[in-house]
Amino acid sequence: MILSTKSIKKFKPYIFISLLTPSIVWLYQFIAGNLGINPIDELMDKLGEFALQLIILTLFVSSLSNFKILRSLQLVRRMIGLFSFFYIVLHFITYIFLDHFFNWEFILKDLYKRPFILLGFISFVLLIPLAITSNNYMLKKLRYKLWKNIHKLIYLVSILVIFHYFLLTKSDAIYPLIYLILILILLGWRLIQKIIKN
Amino acid sequence: MKILNSEITPYSSYINRRKFIKNTLLTSLAISFSKPLFSKHSESPSTYNKFLEENDNLNTYHEITNYNNFYEFGTSKSDPAKYSQSFKPLPWQLAVEGLVEKPKIFDLESLLKGITIEDRVYRLRCVEAWSMVIPWQGFSLSKLIEKVKPLSSAKYIQFETVYRPEEMPGQKKLFNEIRGILPWPYVEGLRMDEAMHPLTILSTGMYGHNLLNQNGAPLRLVVPWKYGFKSIKSIVKIRFMDKEPNTTWSDVNPYEYAFYSNVNPQVDHKRWTQATERRIGEFYRRPTLMFNGYEEVAELYKGMDLKKYF
Repeated sequence: MILSTKSIKKFKPYIFISLLTPSIVWLYQFIAGNLGINPIDELMDKLGEFALQLIILTLFVSSLSNFKILRSLQLVRRMIGLFSFFYIVLHFITYIFLDHFFNWEFILKDLYKRPFILLGFISFVLLIPLAITSNNYMLKKLRYKLWKNIHKLIYLVSILVIFHYFLLTKSDAIYPLIYLILILILLGWRLIQKIIKN
Repeated sequence: MKILNSEITPYSSYINRRKFIKNTLLTSLAISFSKPLFSKHSESPSTYNKFLEENDNLNTYHEITNYNNFYEFGTSKSDPAKYSQSFKPLPWQLAVEGLVEKPKIFDLESLLKGITIEDRVYRLRCVEAWSMVIPWQGFSLSKLIEKVKPLSSAKYIQFETVYRPEEMPGQKKLFNEIRGILPWPYVEGLRMDEAMHPLTILSTGMYGHNLLNQNGAPLRLVVPWKYGFKSIKSIVKIRFMDKEPNTTWSDVNPYEYAFYSNVNPQVDHKRWTQATERRIGEFYRRPTLMFNGYEEVAELYKGMDLKKYF
């Protein structure tokens, strides 16, 4: 049975709402003072981790959509990808506004002295062209090959954000490790799909 | 003489009777331990305000008991409060060994006899750049050192945390080996002059309560001018040595953690800044103070390159 475009389209609003909900809940909890003892760190961690999970989900959906019967999943891939960018932007704003309250001098210092901050920032910057070119207008305007190459940046970013996460842990790197394994499996899968195709 | 069958205590009730005696003894011990220590120490925050320095506010009991780094109970900040409930801090013994006149194992209660428990309100600065203000109850470590009479060759002290994997989930083999958290038991150390400094205390309580398990019950070190991980919890062993002792974090990662680990805004951690900190409960970060604001300890490190001995 082929997953029809129609049923995917029907599900799209629900996926949209379920991906948006965490940000609303966490922001509400933050304002209401319900986000634990150290709410700024907690909010930043939650946003960052969810963004990473969405990057992995995007890769997964993308791989699935290579199967003929699941081709229509391409219709939600873009949405999930854009949501991961949305959470990264919130993560970034939390760092600039809540964590350092626009102390630019300090932030600049942080950027060039702290590898993990730099990795996070580079990842954010690299995702901007993906977000900008994600719409149909840009897809039509750019040559497909160029568009495709831009969007290959996601592979690089997925590895960079894992190191960004890993450098934050003092010991017990179990979570970044789990995410790294998931990403390597998905990248490996991608590679195999490519080899078979050729 | 004839013994009636009815006069022989059945084995099961004999055991129960022993249990009863043992349990009541334990509770009476616990009561005699907790009552006299803290009867004079208040649970109300306002009593501690007189100890506060300018710009400092006490953190709440809730904050101090629910945001902890105590990896023996798990690595997330909320784990220690969640997973330390089955830990039994009483009865407790403390072994004193190494270069002392008489190495000995003390019962905590007898060790504390004659020692006055004082209020000490200290800032605590974690190496992860957050901080709190905590009203401890405890006594200067120097009092205990004088009591156990170290030899003149003793230049350092090593402390050791209890190893009880059955009560501390973070120490369980499966958990620890897969995740490679830390080698147990946790050890820390001080130079003798640091240990003898009047600011260095052994704490038995906080906010007028016995220490909760997540805060290092029943006995922990507090060294307010060093990063929090130096203030080792649930101590079972104190060893007097002539060489600088191993300490857990610097064993695991000597590049990022060192023996002294004094709070120093000029020396950054290798991966993050130490120039500022977030005081729990506040919005804006505040600048971190040299020696966490306890400048009187500077003389201990006169002539030392604190960038090298960070």
